[in-house]
Amino acid sequence: MIVNISINGKVQSHDVEPRLLLVHYIREYAELHGTHWGCDTSNCGICIVLMDDPNTPEPPYPVKSCTMLAAMAEGYEITTVEGMAHPDGTLDPIQMGFHEMHALQCGFCTPGMMSTGRWLIERHPNPTQMTDHEIRDGISGNLCRCTGYDNIVKAIRWAASYIEEHPESARTART
Amino acid sequence: MQTPAPCEYSRATSVDDAIAQLQALGGNARILAGGYSLIPMMKLRLANPGHVIDINPLESELNYIRQEGNEIRIGALTRHVNMLESDLLSQVFPHIFREAEAVLADPVVRNRGTMGGSLCQSDPAEDLSGVVVALKGEAVLRGPGGAERVVGMEEFHLGPYMTSVQPTEMLIEVRIPTHSGFGGAHEKVERRAGDFAIVAASAALAIEGGRITFAGVACSAVGPTTLHIERAEKALVGQAPSEDLFAQCGQMAAADCSPNSDGRGPADYKRHVAGVLTTRALSRAAATAVS
Repeated sequence: MIVNISINGKVQSHDVEPRLLLVHYIREYAELHGTHWGCDTSNCGICIVLMDDPNTPEPPYPVKSCTMLAAMAEGYEITTVEGMAHPDGTLDPIQMGFHEMHALQCGFCTPGMMSTGRWLIERHPNPTQMTDHEIRDGISGNLCRCTGYDNIVKAIRWAASYIEEHPESARTART
Repeated sequence: MQTPAPCEYSRATSVDDAIAQLQALGGNARILAGGYSLIPMMKLRLANPGHVIDINPLESELNYIRQEGNEIRIGALTRHVNMLESDLLSQVFPHIFREAEAVLADPVVRNRGTMGGSLCQSDPAEDLSGVVVALKGEAVLRGPGGAERVVGMEEFHLGPYMTSVQPTEMLIEVRIPTHSGFGGAHEKVERRAGDFAIVAASAALAIEGGRITFAGVACSAVGPTTLHIERAEKALVGQAPSEDLFAQCGQMAAADCSPNSDGRGPADYKRHVAGVLTTRALSRAAATAVS
């Protein structure tokens, strides 16, 4: 079947099996390898991408792309890590936060972790006031085996503060 | 690499269209909602539908939480996040929904997973099913020609991954009776954040004039389905709430459940935890009952 998905603003159209998972559509057909493929059992959150669901008024939210058929995303807008930065190359605040706070070591969990972190900040009524518990609970669907999470929590908090100080920076490629 | 077996995919344009598709496919199809249970089952080949019918486009028809008379009605496509954050649910059923939803999987899964998917997966370790069983909710099943039947949870859950939903039927709504003087709680012990329960207990009480007028007790992960602890419920109704009574109910839950030894723990440990959690959930439910 032909599946059309807009990924990072570019409409992809590929003839795929209906059983193809979204993560493989992104990696093998759209050839965007920034989205990693981890446990394959919807536990680790490595494969998380942001999805804009036209059926709901919700802003783009994170989904585990190993547990979604590509066909389910037909007509939806997907943002992967490649689409986070501004077109001029300026990093998204969440990317800056991960850089500033040294929130990655091997980097395998980072695209998923940043997608969830970005969503937590967007969704929270007062993101700079997020407690450590709220952030840790928010990323509980993302596993990191390197950092111990401390610097990831700090990076998300850093990004929230940066966005408060530079509201214009929150405008990413997807908005 | 895990991937589902070959299958066909289509989208539903309405509930009636989904049922017509189920009928046309003659039992070889499954309804696909959030996908966080069905797709893993398909990857493991525990579910092998020849066709999946995606109902995610039916948000406007099936995602709702509303009160009608003495009932709360929850649409089958209502997402876990909607139930977690619902003011109506936390007002009518304080604590119990929010406590269960807060420990059900993780926020990313809760964005997509649904009420209907949780019940139809019929996983005895799943948290929301425990809440619906304790609250004595009923499932509305719609079949061909718009025929509807309403079944209680005992009739609905037949065993692990087995429900009484027929191949041409679809769960469209869950109805839960409301009570004045309601208090509820959900207690869970898990290996790590977001995991399935080692054991969980859900308790629902209504207390009026110092007496228990309604009691619902459910234990998860300690039997082939979410267990309804009937003996405890009978012992509670008509009595004044007390810690002794709740401790007796915990003993009944421990005695009446039937856990298996597995990677989450030995059976006698789970039996003990079921008793402790039941007592604890009842005690908190009574303490929080709106008088």
